[in-house]
Amino acid sequence: MDAIKTNSLTKYYGKARGMIDVNLTVAEGDFFGFIGPNGAGKSTTIRTLLGLISPTSGSAEVLGMDIRAQKNQILAKVGYLPSETNFYRGMKVREILKLSADLRHMDCKAEAALLCERLDLDPNRKVDELSFGNRKKVGIVCALQHKPRLYILDEPTGGLDPLMQKEFYSILQERNKAGATVFLSSHVLSEVERYCKRAAVIREGRILVSDSVGNLGHTGVKRVSIRGISSLSLREGIKDIQIKQDGVTFLYDGSAQELLSLLTTLKAQDFTVTDPDLEEIFLHYYTKEES
Amino acid sequence: MTLFLHELKRNRISLIVWTAAISFMLGVCIIIYPDMSAQMGDISDMFSNMGAFSDAFGMDQLNFGEFMGYFGVECGNTLGLGGAFFAALLGISALSKEERDKTAEFLLSHPVTRRRVVLFKLLSILTQILILNMTVALVTIIGVLAIGAEADAGKMAWLLLSSAIMQIEISAITFGISAFIRRGGLAIGMGLAMGLYFLNIVSNLTDKLDFLKYISPFGYTDGGQIVANGLPEIKYLLPGVALTLAGAAAAFWKYERKDIA
Repeated sequence: MDAIKTNSLTKYYGKARGMIDVNLTVAEGDFFGFIGPNGAGKSTTIRTLLGLISPTSGSAEVLGMDIRAQKNQILAKVGYLPSETNFYRGMKVREILKLSADLRHMDCKAEAALLCERLDLDPNRKVDELSFGNRKKVGIVCALQHKPRLYILDEPTGGLDPLMQKEFYSILQERNKAGATVFLSSHVLSEVERYCKRAAVIREGRILVSDSVGNLGHTGVKRVSIRGISSLSLREGIKDIQIKQDGVTFLYDGSAQELLSLLTTLKAQDFTVTDPDLEEIFLHYYTKEES
Repeated sequence: MTLFLHELKRNRISLIVWTAAISFMLGVCIIIYPDMSAQMGDISDMFSNMGAFSDAFGMDQLNFGEFMGYFGVECGNTLGLGGAFFAALLGISALSKEERDKTAEFLLSHPVTRRRVVLFKLLSILTQILILNMTVALVTIIGVLAIGAEADAGKMAWLLLSSAIMQIEISAITFGISAFIRRGGLAIGMGLAMGLYFLNIVSNLTDKLDFLKYISPFGYTDGGQIVANGLPEIKYLLPGVALTLAGAAAAFWKYERKDIA
């Protein structure tokens, strides 16, 4: 069974585009990254899966259940962290966590205490006094304390310091190893590259590609750096030319044969050809779309 | 139950303040009656003979020299307006404040159906109106006993009950509106309460505008009318019941379909 499966999911806000024809499949047990710039449609997709907004057309299933007909059963098995965490003013962290557990008819006290400890969150503070990062932690505990089968996390690490991010991801990895599915959106590619098994790229409301993180990094595109030259004429297959102090680097999407013959024409002191990192792949999909 | 208690907790301070304020004003209103009536002998006639002004506030039908007459108009206006504002604020903020404060996302990403959210918010509103009006009734009884006024228990009960019904109607209408808006509810709520009050005042001025009493709930809370006849006007009460049900139904219908921003 798939944890998430969407079928031509489309959402328009009046005439404004939210997402268009989104087909996304996330297998159970996956650690899935959902990448895209701000306003690409990540949150729209996620909020539709949770039933906060209803799609204009298309359908989706979460854990094998229909997002419209079985919304409540889905929500009972999902832990959701919104990109902006807001709580009722005047309440203490402890009270928020208890309210969240009560709304699920569960007792999560032990797990909540454990998570607060690991994330260094004081449950006796009032939520309105908390910094953005600490408020995020409250959201994280709310999403994790009931040990759901599926985690849907919308830009989870925004506002967290690097140490906290690391702790947060190690908790997620433990949960993932125990069988839970993690689906997170991000515009920070390095964290998706480091932690996720699979990823999808969304842009202007449409899914551009969905594949394993490994495969996404092996698109045949190479990052070529050449030392000792100061200019390069644009030709087919060459993108993202950057003139550096001691040379030129560019992305190459073409046959190896042609690259070799190109290299022989250049007065290169040295060169390297590497697989680009996800950030560059990202750029690659974007420029591809534009051209 | 969690939702219901949570709602009541969120509103407890506003409920305490409104209950205290309205009860205090009503209590003062009753306590000063003996002094007022002693000095008012002649003024009473004047009050009920100020032409359009008396008509507008329903004072033409009242004898200020008697406690019931005084209570019906003075206290009726205090409780009527205060209660209407309280109910309007309660109704208009119930659903929209969750979106204004962006807590709707937190609430609705838990396994609670929207129908239950609407239902428990409605029940919490009803409970708060009940608490306010019970307190008001208690203060009234204590006040009347304290000054030893001659009061008609049946008419008194109808005065208080019709006011509570009016509050329920206004809260239901504003609650229905609350499901459609995201913010800025306060002005709508206050404006609606004021508007309905003035509709009734205007309708008192001329018979041609009597139909406005069918629209405004102040038509059936009219103290002069209740003290004179012992009952609120049922023909004005019925449209109120219909509007109450319509408001609640609109909230259920809309909130089920609403996109939470």
